[in-house]
Amino acid sequence: MPDIHQKVVGNRAPGYVLVRILIYALLLFAAIYFLIPFFIMLITSIKTMNDIRTGNLISLPREITLDAWRKAWGSACIGVNCVGLKGYFLNSVRMVVPAVALSTMIGAINGYVFSKWRFRGSETFFSFLLLGCFIPFQVVLLPMSRTLGWLGLAQSTQGLILVHTIYGLPFTSLFFRNYYIAIPNELVEAGKIDGAGFFNIFWRIFLPISGPIFVVAIIWQMTQIWNDFLFGVCFSGSDSQPITVALNNLVNTSTGVKEYNVDMAGAIIAGIPTLFVYIVSGKYFVRGLTAGSVKK
Amino acid sequence: MQTQSGIEAQRRRIFRRREDVFPKLVLAPTLAAGTVFIYGFILWTAWISFTNSKILPNYKWAGIAQYVALFAKEPRWWLAIRNLFVFSALFISLCIVVGLLLAIFLDQRIRLEGLFRTVYLYPMALSFIVTGAIWKWILNPNLGVERLVQAIGFTEFTFRWLVDPKLALYTIVIAAVWQSSGFVMALFLAGLRGIDNAVIQAAQVDGASLPRIYRSVIIPSLRPVFLSSVIILSHIAIKSFDLVMVLTQGGPGVATDMPATFMYSFAFRYDRLALGAASAFVMYLAVMAIIVPYLYSELRGTRNA
Repeated sequence: MPDIHQKVVGNRAPGYVLVRILIYALLLFAAIYFLIPFFIMLITSIKTMNDIRTGNLISLPREITLDAWRKAWGSACIGVNCVGLKGYFLNSVRMVVPAVALSTMIGAINGYVFSKWRFRGSETFFSFLLLGCFIPFQVVLLPMSRTLGWLGLAQSTQGLILVHTIYGLPFTSLFFRNYYIAIPNELVEAGKIDGAGFFNIFWRIFLPISGPIFVVAIIWQMTQIWNDFLFGVCFSGSDSQPITVALNNLVNTSTGVKEYNVDMAGAIIAGIPTLFVYIVSGKYFVRGLTAGSVKK
Repeated sequence: MQTQSGIEAQRRRIFRRREDVFPKLVLAPTLAAGTVFIYGFILWTAWISFTNSKILPNYKWAGIAQYVALFAKEPRWWLAIRNLFVFSALFISLCIVVGLLLAIFLDQRIRLEGLFRTVYLYPMALSFIVTGAIWKWILNPNLGVERLVQAIGFTEFTFRWLVDPKLALYTIVIAAVWQSSGFVMALFLAGLRGIDNAVIQAAQVDGASLPRIYRSVIIPSLRPVFLSSVIILSHIAIKSFDLVMVLTQGGPGVATDMPATFMYSFAFRYDRLALGAASAFVMYLAVMAIIVPYLYSELRGTRNA
C-alpha cells in the first residue's frame, strides 16, 4: 500500500522536490495554526498583568512568574467566592471517577449481552439505546432536574454521577458490543460445554481479552464527563460545580480588573487532565472518537 | 454439535433455560433507565411544552400555544435559528475543507505523520469551555489579535468581532473550527487509507494526472466520509452551547443566541419552562430528522455486509 502512494506523487519528476517542500510547508503551517493558541495560553499564564498590557499576544514574557497559576488554583474569584479552582477541580475528580467506573462496567456487561446473548427484542432495544447517543440533552434537562429533586440529589455530585452514568451507557454499551461482536461465538459455546455459565464466561473468557476496549471506553467517558458543561451548569450547586462551570464563571466574571493571565492559567488547569490522557494514549482516544461516530 | 447425544442436549436445554434469565436480568437496569431517562423524559418534555408552565411545571393542557409563541411571537427564536444555520454552514464547510486538505497532504508518505496527527487532533481533547477561554483571550478587542497586528505595523488595524453584534457569531465559528477540524482530518485519513489501490492504479495507467485522480477518483469515493462528517458536525452544531456561553454568552445582546442557549435562558433563567420545553422538543425533532435516516442506512449497510 505505501508504494502506491509513492507512485501517486511518485516518479521523481522535476517538480517532485518542490511539491514535497510545498506539502511539508503546508503541514507545518497547519501545525502552527493548531499549536499557537496553546502557546499563547501558556505564555500569557506566566506573564505579569503589566507585561500583558504593554506587550502583545505572542511577545515573550519579560519576567516569568507563577503568580497567576497560584491565584487561579487557590484564590481567584469564581463569582463571589474567591477560593480559586482547586475545590472545583476536586469536584470534577469526585464526579468523573465514579461515573466513569460505573458506566464502563455496566456498559461492558451490556455489550456482552447485546453481542453474545441476544434474545427476542434485544436488537431493537439496542437500536433505541443507540438513538439515545444522539439526543440533544436539552430535551431531558427539565424532567431530569425535577427527578433529581425528588431523589434528593439536586445540586449534588451524586446527582451528576447518576446523570453522567445514565447518558454514558449508550456509548459504553456500543463500544463493548462492537468489540465483542468480533469475538467468535465458538468461544461462548466452548465455555458452555465446559459447564461455564453466563457470568463465568464473561469473567473468565471475555474480561481477560477486553483490555483495549476498556481503555477506549474509559478514555471516552473520562473526556466526555470531565469536559461536560451543560449538565454541570444545570444540575450542580455552589459546592458541587465541576471545573468547566467554574472556569466559565472565572472567564466571564465582569467585576474588578480582568486578569487574563489568571484566566489562561485556569484554562490550562481545566484542560490538563484530558490533554494528558490524550497525549499518553492518543491512539485509543481516536478509536473512541471514530467508534462513537462511524458505526461499525 | 449435531453429534451430541439426546441426554446431553436435554441437560443443556435445562441449563440454558436458567442461563436465559441472566442476560435479561443484566440488561434490565439499562432498559429501565433508558426507557425512563431517555424516552420517558422526552415525552415528559413534550408534555410540558403543551402546557403553560412558568416557574414550575404544571400539567394542564394548553395545546400548541407555546409552539405558536415560539414561531410567531418570539423573534429571538428565529434569530437563534438563523444563527444556527449560518454557524452550521460555515462550521461544517470549513471543517471539511481543512480536514480534507490536511488528510490528503498527510497521506503522501509524510515523515513524522504521527506527530502531525497528534498536533492536529489535540484540541478535540479539550473542553469547549477551555477552547472558548483561549479564543476569548486571542480575540480580545484591545489586547488580542488587534494589538498583535498593530505591533507588526498596521497601527490603524481594529479587530472587535467579539463585541460586534454583526460579527460575534463568526468568533464562535473560528473557535469551533479550530477545535473540530482535526477530528474531520482523522475521519478523512481513515477513509483515504481504506480506498482500494487498484482503482488508483487503473487511473494512473490511463495516464490521469494526480490532481485529476484526486478530483475524479479519490474524492468521489470518499462520499460516505463526507456524509458522516456532515452528520457528526451538524450534530455538534445543533447542540452547541458551551462555546457560545463562554465566548459571547449569546451576546452582545442576543446577537449570538442559538437554540441551545435560547432553551437554557427560557427554561432556567426566565422561568418560562413551557416555552423552553417547546424549543427543546423542536431541537430534538430536528436532530432526529437528521440522525434517524443516517443510522438506518448505516445499520442496514452492516447487515448486508
